[in-house]
Amino acid sequence: MVRAWRYLLPLAVFFGLVWFMWKGLSLNPRDLPSALIDKPVPAFSLPQLHDKTKMLNAADMKGKVWLLNVWASWCVSCRYEHPVLTALARKGVVPIVGFNWKDKPEDAKAWLVKFGDPYLLSVSDLEGRVAIDLGVYGAPETFVIDKAGMIRYKNAGPISEEIMNETLLPLIQGLNKS
Amino acid sequence: MTTSTRTSNGADRGAFLPGKARQWVTLVICASLLAAGSLFAQTPTPEMPRMNPELEARLKKLETELRCLVCQNQTLAESPAGLAGDLRREVRLLAESGKSDSEIKEHLKARYGDFVLYRPALGTRTWLLWFGPFVLLAGGAMVVVVIARRVRATPAATPALNQEDRDRASKLLDD
Repeated sequence: MVRAWRYLLPLAVFFGLVWFMWKGLSLNPRDLPSALIDKPVPAFSLPQLHDKTKMLNAADMKGKVWLLNVWASWCVSCRYEHPVLTALARKGVVPIVGFNWKDKPEDAKAWLVKFGDPYLLSVSDLEGRVAIDLGVYGAPETFVIDKAGMIRYKNAGPISEEIMNETLLPLIQGLNKS
Repeated sequence: MTTSTRTSNGADRGAFLPGKARQWVTLVICASLLAAGSLFAQTPTPEMPRMNPELEARLKKLETELRCLVCQNQTLAESPAGLAGDLRREVRLLAESGKSDSEIKEHLKARYGDFVLYRPALGTRTWLLWFGPFVLLAGGAMVVVVIARRVRATPAATPALNQEDRDRASKLLDD
């Protein structure tokens, strides 16, 4: 019995190590869990990109399931997810609010003209202070917000078709029913 | 397959992209590099006036205890990333509004999670991080002690010398 342990214990330790290392290979260190999941959207009030005199408050979107998509014209990965967002906008299942982060409004508007505008409307966060309240640490980033104004999911990084079809759409449909 | 598609400001995300998209992204990067420097640039953090040397010293220390979330192994004080500049300004504004160091850390933790603290707080989720190395050290020490005891307990492997051996040895030594 004792003899068996002498061989089995190191073997177990070895496989434990292998398991941790194997896990480590498939983890993305840049994928930080959001501290804001299941918390209300911070009460922001930001000017609209296309009309600075009009503001959008987070509370204005209450009663709807909506997406908040952090984007910028300087963000290269935003162009990668752009067709996916455009396809979603065409389906009309969920309003997408653009959060134009630390961008020059004229650059941002030119970008939307060039590539198309999937957003219900965009707001400008020129200083990036609201972005800090949202815990944004890179672009693109997408928040799924429910009817009560709670953040239910955050996708850090570009949305691929796979993420859209397998994660976001089922979640949105579920939230829309409730 | 990770493609880094970050711009000089560092807040742009690298993405897992398939080969075709990767080519496309490379093309876009080249195109944006060719474009004038001012085009598609992140708006910089405005400079803040520095008035109070005491506050500056406090901020400097605080900034070394907070992590830049873009360049993850740098503190806020070291990082050149755009977001780090914004976070430094946020820390400054909070400090100027009279918040204590721990309140400022709490403020950022509520937004970015434990990860923003370079010295994570001791909690149920982080105890392994804090004590794991000591547990491993104790385990290693135990193994050493057990082996050492076992070696001492086993009788000496070299048998006692008999008279014949002694004679041979002294003869060898004398020569």
